[in-house]
Amino acid sequence: MRARNLIIGAALTAVFIALAVMSFFWTPYDIATLDIPGRLKTPGAAHLLGTDHFGRDILSMIMMGARTSIAVALVAVGIGMALGIPLGLLAAARHGSLLDEIIMRGNDLIFAFPSLVIAILITAVFGASAVNAIIAIGIFNVPVFARLTRSAALPLWERDFILAARVCGKSAARISVEHILPNIANLMIVQGTIQFSLGILAEAALSYIGLGAQPPTASWGRMLADAQTLVSIAPHVALIPGFAILLMVLGLNLLGDGLRDWLDPRLRVARV
Amino acid sequence: MIRYTLGRLTSLTVSLIVASLVIFAVIEVIPGDPAAFMLGVNARPDTIAALRAEMGLDQPLFQRYFAWVAGMLQGDFGTSWTYKTPVADLISARIWVSLPLAAYALILSTAIAFPAGIYAASRRGGAGDITIMGATQLGVAIPNFWFAMILVLIFAVNLRWFSAGGFPGWGNPALALKSLTLPAIALALPQAAILARVMRSSLLDMLGEDFIRTARAKGLTRRQALWRHAVRNALIPVLTILGLQFSFLLAGGIIIEQVFFLPGLGRLIFQSISARDLIVVESVVMLLVFLVIVVNFAVDLAYAAVDPRLRRR
Repeated sequence: MRARNLIIGAALTAVFIALAVMSFFWTPYDIATLDIPGRLKTPGAAHLLGTDHFGRDILSMIMMGARTSIAVALVAVGIGMALGIPLGLLAAARHGSLLDEIIMRGNDLIFAFPSLVIAILITAVFGASAVNAIIAIGIFNVPVFARLTRSAALPLWERDFILAARVCGKSAARISVEHILPNIANLMIVQGTIQFSLGILAEAALSYIGLGAQPPTASWGRMLADAQTLVSIAPHVALIPGFAILLMVLGLNLLGDGLRDWLDPRLRVARV
Repeated sequence: MIRYTLGRLTSLTVSLIVASLVIFAVIEVIPGDPAAFMLGVNARPDTIAALRAEMGLDQPLFQRYFAWVAGMLQGDFGTSWTYKTPVADLISARIWVSLPLAAYALILSTAIAFPAGIYAASRRGGAGDITIMGATQLGVAIPNFWFAMILVLIFAVNLRWFSAGGFPGWGNPALALKSLTLPAIALALPQAAILARVMRSSLLDMLGEDFIRTARAKGLTRRQALWRHAVRNALIPVLTILGLQFSFLLAGGIIIEQVFFLPGLGRLIFQSISARDLIVVESVVMLLVFLVIVVNFAVDLAYAAVDPRLRRR
């Protein structure tokens, strides 16, 4: 049962990553060419997933969209980890200090802004683009990793092997990097997978409302926005991008669950 | 309890002040000249000057900030540049779509999640548990705006039970509720999935506790022990999640309002962004953040009232 989650999750994720990578070299059709007479074709031999309202091949669009989704979500998770983990380590190392307090209250504050509201603020001033979507999703990831790092690092600081390292004269910074970090890495990988899937959903939502990637960049959320008015005439145009998002997110969530159980059985009860 | 409340109240105030500073900085300081930004590159200098005067941009920054905050405290959110009406009027017309939608979704989410979570926990490992947990995996992974489109396709386009969008106003409450039903379902589904998982795991934790064994030893049936002791205690973590969900529902509503063309705060924000009406964006964002912070504050207090152990933290 547990290994099944890992395998299904890894397989689904691998398929989408493969599609995204493949799109750099080859797509069935060029999505920049419009074919108005061949528009809204249902899935068939020539177009495996049909065509959209401009006659563009939906499979090719899905492949290009996978690239956008994965890139945005991955970089956003990277931002969250790159800023959040050091902040969390710092807060744990200086537990109870004013610095700890400031970092944690700052996190609470970011949590008080729903991520979508952050995105709206950013796009209102800087304009809509994939880069701004990355920043908006990334900012929201920072407190997630900072909190998790701090809460995982705090009990480690009480352990004997850390005491031994301190006795050896290692600085708090060195202990954080050499002893704390390796012990919480598994947890970060699992959380990274979960945030990755949330990032995919957030990117889709932002580009659906026009605040994410702008044309001609293909994105699943945009495809859904374009398909919305066609839902009664050509349901497949609206259904396929949604299934792509659903399967990708489902795959990442299963992968995260599976990885957690595989990497550390003690964490099984930790997440719901 | 009084000390705890005062402590929470202080942090509430600090959060609100910092949030307002951040929003003010992003909207009024980063663009350089907000008036020129709002009017675009082709604006005539005298128009920009007029807007600058109206926004009070000739005054020092801190004075503008205090004027903005003082205004909001008195219910004056400024005057929209595009609508030429007070922002407070724009908000009060739309908040009665956004808040009922979030509340409706919260009720639906709870109504689905509680029975599902309790059933799954009581049948742990059984077919019912596996089915419900599988369904929650799907529920968490479905983008809610896509789910909304599918609901429209099935219930509005094919079955014609509901309209595909729009809002008739509260003149006819039954009709108004009906038009919020599909949006509320779309909004509630992912939250219900999360809530059902929290409910299940919290209940499973409780079922492993000694007091449940004691209750069983006293002669209570499994069912009685579950309902009288476990469910009640399992509700505490669930309440926290419920508070957090309110902010997701408010923010999520922004997108769902777009799908169903509902005239709520979300649509107001988008229309203001495309019109570059920063005065409206600034105040509506502040209002949303205010609502979220205050709800979380209320949840913290309710939580401490229920569980005295928390007051000491």
